[in-house]
Amino acid sequence: MRMTGAQALLESFKREGVEVIFGFPGGAVLPIFDALYYEKSIRHILVRHEQGAAHAADGYARATGKVGVCLATSGPGATNLVTGLATAHMDSIPIVAITGQVPTASIGRDSFQEADITGITMPITKHSYLVKEVRELPRVVKEAFYIASTGRRGPVLVDIPRDVSQAEVEFEYPDKVELRGYKPASKGHPLMVKRAAELISAAERPVILAGGGVVAADGASELARLAELVDAPVTCTLMGKGVFPDRHRLSLGMPGMHGTAYANYALHGADVIIAVGTRLDDRVTGKLTAFAPNAKFIHIDIDPAEIGKSIQPTVPIVGDVKQVLAALLKRLEKQDHAPWLEVIEDWKRRHPLSYKGDGLKPQMVIEQLHHITRGDAIIATEVGQNQMWAAQFYPCQRPRQFLSSGGLGTMGYGFPAAIGAQIGCPDAVVWDIAGDGSIQMNIQELATAMANKLPVKVAILNNCCLGMPRQWQEFFFGKRYSGVDLAPGMPDFVKLAEAYGAVGIRVDKDQEVLPALRQAMKLRDRPCLIDFRINPGENVMPIIPAGGSVEQMMID
Amino acid sequence: MRHTISVLVENRPGVLARCAGLFARRGFNIESLAVSTTEDPTVSRMTIVVAGPEWVLEQIQKQLYKLMEVIKVFDHTGDPVVSRELALIKVRAQAQDRAEIMQVASIFRANIVDVAGETLTIEVTGSEEKITALENLLGKQRIVEMVRTGKVVLVRGAKQT
Repeated sequence: MRMTGAQALLESFKREGVEVIFGFPGGAVLPIFDALYYEKSIRHILVRHEQGAAHAADGYARATGKVGVCLATSGPGATNLVTGLATAHMDSIPIVAITGQVPTASIGRDSFQEADITGITMPITKHSYLVKEVRELPRVVKEAFYIASTGRRGPVLVDIPRDVSQAEVEFEYPDKVELRGYKPASKGHPLMVKRAAELISAAERPVILAGGGVVAADGASELARLAELVDAPVTCTLMGKGVFPDRHRLSLGMPGMHGTAYANYALHGADVIIAVGTRLDDRVTGKLTAFAPNAKFIHIDIDPAEIGKSIQPTVPIVGDVKQVLAALLKRLEKQDHAPWLEVIEDWKRRHPLSYKGDGLKPQMVIEQLHHITRGDAIIATEVGQNQMWAAQFYPCQRPRQFLSSGGLGTMGYGFPAAIGAQIGCPDAVVWDIAGDGSIQMNIQELATAMANKLPVKVAILNNCCLGMPRQWQEFFFGKRYSGVDLAPGMPDFVKLAEAYGAVGIRVDKDQEVLPALRQAMKLRDRPCLIDFRINPGENVMPIIPAGGSVEQMMID
Repeated sequence: MRHTISVLVENRPGVLARCAGLFARRGFNIESLAVSTTEDPTVSRMTIVVAGPEWVLEQIQKQLYKLMEVIKVFDHTGDPVVSRELALIKVRAQAQDRAEIMQVASIFRANIVDVAGETLTIEVTGSEEKITALENLLGKQRIVEMVRTGKVVLVRGAKQT
């Protein structure tokens, strides 16, 4: 059938099962928006900043497991996607970003709203395309979705010049993708799996370290079976939170810089660590030479480049986590590690996550939130202290429940991501846990939430400052508080919410917390901001300073 | 340690930029890079000389494989290879020096490809060591300017890379 490039784009999207696009128009994408005008089966969510579109596509992808799609125009529209693409790239999230481009004849001439977006995003995308001929478009889209959603997931950018989306083409969708340079791993090497099983069977103090890769592989049930068969404690990174239930008796919570003391002690004392779907980044390991000094590593990951990058594993296994764990399970027998677990229970008793003192406590707010949502809400976070308290005090029970920018640490991520998650999971209760700094970075998306009647709820842990840098300045910079004071110019969040037609609630005291949460939970057709005025000097504990090890951990 | 690797890539615009960008941001130290098409017009071959320890080479290979356009990466450390490079060297040469320079060139089986009143340009092909030896023999004082292509390599015998 003969159609324009823009129509071919949408037709290709339909073949890929796309139901939602988060976008913002502009000259270079007007042909695409014109095609969207008649398109009944794809819903376009108009954001208020392209960064919001990228983060919404990301949140949608994390919450649903599908590929998120965002659309922006050329030049500044495209460059506004950069932070969102980098966020998705660092956390290996599958999104396809479509950008308009100036007409092919104008490329490279500093045309109006021209930007070399494929050049700019080369280091922060899994792959990218500049489509110069309209007949390439269906193949490019098919490849883009394939690349984004297989192997180590990641963002793929497709740059479409305006004349290409206006040109006519005979639509033909390819049956398969042929990329001779891309063959994602699947099964692990049987010999390596056998060696891993032998190492595990001989272990006396095993620990499982599970990350975002287990979520991507849909390996939660294999992980749970492994933990119970081997009787090994499990610690999940920020990206893996929920892939093993936080409330399980074998759960150690999160490891690393702001992880639980007992997770870090366990990793330090382990003799075998099964690192699965994690890239062992510096927030988890601290100083590499001091990390888990007594342990032999089994490192299971789909990306061969991650294996041997941070630590040298005794048993490296490249493969799809779900398939490798299944193969491993076949070779293992039931084990018992009661003495090791008893040591861990003792650590848990002596150093639980805790908080003390007066004033409105952010940790208490999150605990109350957990209680009122029965631990079942989708929780997006911003970045900083709010993020760490959310990770510590909101136990999750399933994957795709906790959406947080781990690798890039992008302030302003949480609110648009929550919007994306709500669109993808319309029946879910979705909360964004934010700080007063972060929430102002994409506050304009309140309009998007209102326009689409999305009951996203935002818990602003407001300490009138940039909490995490302030904490570092207190601990490591002699209390020289520089550039962290947000009190001057602090908006009245209640009025700000109401200015958009949303609901705003202010909480100053303990006893106001639960009623405010309840009031927010009742709303089903509009967003809500709750301004929790928390104790300003509150710190995230424990902390292992950057470049430190468990020896330097400060617990309180 | 210096390593020579061959990378077979899709012959498409932008591939070289991607590889170069990868090396830059990962901090890989590239000494030379030569690239052109092969007997298959859809495939280009890049020959890269990189300096660094063993684990750096492993990371380079793995990171290269993450690029969609990279088809195959070969590490030639330990392979029996034919390795060649071409250099053009322009030297200062008055009439009375020409004979000596031509003699040196002849020893190295190099060709004189340009003659002018004050200069001579020598074209030499051979191994890296041979070219470096000629360069050293001619000396800094005589060499006006010089350009080298970077190494290209094929494995000896029937094995295809």
